[in-house]
Amino acid sequence: MHVAIIGNGISGITAARFIRKLSSKHRITVISAETDYFFSRTALMYIYMGHMRHEDTKPYEDWFWKKNKIDLLKAYVKAVDTNNKQLILDQGRPLTYDKLIIASGSTPNKFGWPGQDLKRVGGLYSYQDLENMENHSEGLQRAVIVGGGLIGIEMAEMYHSRHIPVTFLVREKSYWNAVLPAEESDMVSRHIKEHGIDLRLSTELKEIIDDGNGNACAVVTNEGERIECGYVGLTAGVHPNIKFLEGSGIESQRGIIVNEYLETNIPDVYAIGDCAQASQPRPGRRPIEAVWYTGRMMGETVAYNVCGKQIAYDPGIWFNSAKFIDIEYQIYGDISGRMPAHYQSIYWEHKDGQKAIRIAYDKNEGHVVGFNLMGVRYRHEVCEKWLRDKTPVEEVLQNLGLANFDPEFYKEYEEEVIKTYNQQAGKQLQLKKRRSLTAALKFLNPIR
Amino acid sequence: MSFIQKLGLGVFVIALLIFTMALGLDQFKLSDKSLEFGGISEYHKQEILAQAEKRGSLNKVYGANFSFIKEFKILLKDAQNSLAKKAKEQGVPEGVSDWDYKLGSWKFKEYTPAALKASAQGPVSGNPVLFLFLTFGLGIIGGLLYILPIFQAIPGIKNNHIYHNPMTRGLKLGPRALFLGATIIGVLVYGITYMGEKYIWSAITGGIALLIIGLVFFFENQRRRNPAKSAGPSQMTAWLGVLTGIYLIAFYILLYWKPELITAWITIVNPVSKALSGNDASQWFLYGLLYTVIVLVMGIRMIAKYRHNRYQMIRTGSVMFFQTAFAFLLPEIMVRLNQPYFDFKNIWPLNYTFFFDWNINNLVNSGGMGVFMMVWGIVLVVIGVPLFTYFFGKRWYCSWVCGCGGLAETLGDPYRQLSDKSLSAWRFERWIIHGVLAFAIIMTVLVLYTYFTGTRTIIKSSLLTINSDSIRTWYGFLIGSAFAGVVGTGFYPLMGNRVWCRFGCPLAAYLGLVQRFKSRFRITTNGGQCISCGNCSTYCEMGIDVRWYAQRGQDIVRSSCVGCGVCSAVCPRGVLRLENSSMDVNTRTSEVRTLHITDDKIELVG
Ligand SMILES: Cc1cc2nc3c(=O)[nH]c(=O)nc-3n(C[C@H](O)[C@H](O)[C@H](O)COP(=O)(O)OP(=O)(O)OC[C@H]3O[C@@H](n4cnc5c(N)ncnc54)[C@H](O)[C@@H]3O)c2cc1C
Ligand code: SF4
Ligand code: SF4
Repeated sequence: MHVAIIGNGISGITAARFIRKLSSKHRITVISAETDYFFSRTALMYIYMGHMRHEDTKPYEDWFWKKNKIDLLKAYVKAVDTNNKQLILDQGRPLTYDKLIIASGSTPNKFGWPGQDLKRVGGLYSYQDLENMENHSEGLQRAVIVGGGLIGIEMAEMYHSRHIPVTFLVREKSYWNAVLPAEESDMVSRHIKEHGIDLRLSTELKEIIDDGNGNACAVVTNEGERIECGYVGLTAGVHPNIKFLEGSGIESQRGIIVNEYLETNIPDVYAIGDCAQASQPRPGRRPIEAVWYTGRMMGETVAYNVCGKQIAYDPGIWFNSAKFIDIEYQIYGDISGRMPAHYQSIYWEHKDGQKAIRIAYDKNEGHVVGFNLMGVRYRHEVCEKWLRDKTPVEEVLQNLGLANFDPEFYKEYEEEVIKTYNQQAGKQLQLKKRRSLTAALKFLNPIR
Repeated sequence: MSFIQKLGLGVFVIALLIFTMALGLDQFKLSDKSLEFGGISEYHKQEILAQAEKRGSLNKVYGANFSFIKEFKILLKDAQNSLAKKAKEQGVPEGVSDWDYKLGSWKFKEYTPAALKASAQGPVSGNPVLFLFLTFGLGIIGGLLYILPIFQAIPGIKNNHIYHNPMTRGLKLGPRALFLGATIIGVLVYGITYMGEKYIWSAITGGIALLIIGLVFFFENQRRRNPAKSAGPSQMTAWLGVLTGIYLIAFYILLYWKPELITAWITIVNPVSKALSGNDASQWFLYGLLYTVIVLVMGIRMIAKYRHNRYQMIRTGSVMFFQTAFAFLLPEIMVRLNQPYFDFKNIWPLNYTFFFDWNINNLVNSGGMGVFMMVWGIVLVVIGVPLFTYFFGKRWYCSWVCGCGGLAETLGDPYRQLSDKSLSAWRFERWIIHGVLAFAIIMTVLVLYTYFTGTRTIIKSSLLTINSDSIRTWYGFLIGSAFAGVVGTGFYPLMGNRVWCRFGCPLAAYLGLVQRFKSRFRITTNGGQCISCGNCSTYCEMGIDVRWYAQRGQDIVRSSCVGCGVCSAVCPRGVLRLENSSMDVNTRTSEVRTLHITDDKIELVG
């Protein structure tokens, strides 16, 4: 059986690795036009900032693929012929497959701005995007970044590390406020400015100006202001990279439509990762979740399905993490900038304005629904268990130390969180468990 | 870089230049003053002077230490011959011991540096305190001017441009291997001359070394792998790092094997030694002072860099304290109190001379304190190491107490990313470090055998002679000096800051075995949060591919992990935590604690 996988990102590679784990017989070919070997897209910024070299971002050494009999093919898939089970490549003969996994990822959004296709304009998604940034960095006087999401702030930090002035246009009135609750969003906005980045809230891009040679030389905002710059970064989100599938008969909307087994409408064709769109997402989950973790979980799940063991995709409780320049962020469960009215928050913020803990619970039922951490680390497994078990918030609070994952000697703030709750609810709760691995393990695995 | 930082860098470079230049500033006058130092026999003195008179070099001034040493060697040889002849013809005078009369070759090493110091005249020996200020003083001021502004930056991980910097970006595998190979060959060739006539031993050592290298390559080849992940960027060079490495290597070679060439430095630190212990400074005092100053200044840098991280700050404070108090001051104070020189935190087999006859005799004969030191040293090896390592992992020593670790974590911090993370490097590491441990144990057993039985020659046949004295000399030369010093520190800018700790230290091997098989310490992985970015692996100074484990949700127990905590500090997603617990180590470190679907029946292929 020959399994072809389009895309050597985390989704495609996880699928390949797990298929190999499940079966030593399948022939596996991973096709990508981007780089020879799998690298961590999430680490692109660190290459630019000189924290790492490209080879350091490769999670597996180059010998790994041959040893595990995973064939790598550097080519671009121009079209998929599902009738003949063939991939039409930009070079050489078509590749025949028995089963196909599409893991083609995303591509940056462009909203039809005038000048969006000029030179010195680019997103940050692929290795080529990074090279493009690098090539235009020499002598750069200012960069303008459009779009206030996770990639936007990474790009801002990248330029900032090279002392290149950055203007950061954010459409919302506070950074990433759809996802971050107001206080956290405000904290990050402050932090961005503290670093000397020119953050423009409630500002949109109207036009990118051509210098006459096809290069971007300035932008004009919705307020009519013209900002001179040598590079424009477009980071207003991403969308599934599925243009090459047009006419293949594989059903798609924004992304490739898949059922809970990650199967498309065409037999033996699967889709995973950023490019997949769940036809029936689980409650509380979105149809397209373009994050690393879901890609990895889908890769693992699809491997079982490809190898003949039907397993439904179940991403479990939502979690994510990021870093806003110096402030780490972790989220477990259902917290966002637009939480339903019956959710109540316990919010504690450190006086340095760089750490915060938010615990949300259901006012009616009394159980926790989410954790949002800024500059503090919490244990994934402990939070997940509390959320899955719909643990009452007061029980969570009294045992909150179990979740603390900050390094040794770090100050623990759980008592202050409880104090906040006590004030808010007029209670007298006490912290019963402090940070401890042994206690956390006992909690996670009580029967032994 | 701010103006103050630039100024600091400038001041530091000036101090470094003066320090280097100090070696050549003085002149040396060969006169009767040259031989006025403690410990020289009157007969030797007169004879050497007589020979100088004869050769016409008396009262001659030499511009450089080299030329002085050259002449002085001839004088020593002539005096030796002449005294030997006189002794034969006239006999040794009544009441004078043989070695006070005849001039033994082993005295040469002692007399040459002493004579150099006594003959020196010029700015350095005239104004040691001024030069102390111009070198150590300016160096510290410059360093601090450079470091203190870091405290002003917004706290957080600051690794920007490490791989854009010619000081810290490292070399590609090829040039790096060439560099290392040349150093090893140089050391071996030098070893043969250093050991003098004992060619047979050199040959045997060379043979064993080749055998080990051959074995390693053989096993390498059996499981042939493609090129290791290189530590090398493509376009720019690491010229500053290479220069720094060469400077450090040269420093160690002079320090260990040619101390007579650095008497000027020893003169500079003499006032400090006098003030502390009342004794004249030796090359070891120079080394100790320099080491401590560097650990302190670069420790402040480490604290500035990680001032958002209390684990790093406390740990750095700890190595600064142990270096200053235990390794540097306490032994000097002991000497001042007429007690044996003893570093209470230096543990066998890192402290490989602990069971040498002279050390045992010295301790046992120094009364209650000496006996306590002896017992203390043994208790540390037998009980201290396993017990503490069980509770906290090997980090309690390697990154909280140890002096080598202290230097690596302070001076070496800018280079931690240069450790090779490839699987083949790990394989080399295990062979070499356990080989050194075995070497240390065998050497010590033989030395103790000699101590208790008095037999020096363990095996004697026409083919092979094994003599405990030469084994221990070779150990001292190859491991104690060449590996720990020349390669261990000299290769910071080329192979990372823990070359010695990772590949060479026998104590680390011992601690590591305890950590791997019987310890509560592990690095916990935070569920599924890893994004495989590679920061942890890149900044692991021990070359552990931390990401390999983190990305599959597996907790980490590795014998080499020194628990520096930097992987946890640099992780942008809060995935790693150093922790101690006796629970669940085995299940949580098992391969594929799958992040998502668990199926025990999956058979692993790779
Ligand atoms: C800068 C940056 C930072 C990020 N940080 C985070 C983070 O911190 N946390 C997080 O959860 N997520 C993060 N993400 C998102 C995360 O990286 C993506 O969700 C994830 O990489 C998607 O993986 P994938 O395997 O689905 O697709 P991709 O990684 O996009 O892989 C798809 C591959 O397929 C190739 N390909 C596509 N079409 C074809 C074709 N027709 N022929 C041949 N090859 C093709 C592409 O070139 C690409 O190499 C970040 C993304 C970026 C860009
Ligand atoms: S694994 Fe982490 S704690 Fe251990 S040595 Fe490496 S960086 Fe330090
Ligand atoms: S553990 Fe952290 S630093 Fe290491 S690869 Fe994962 S996310 Fe990156």
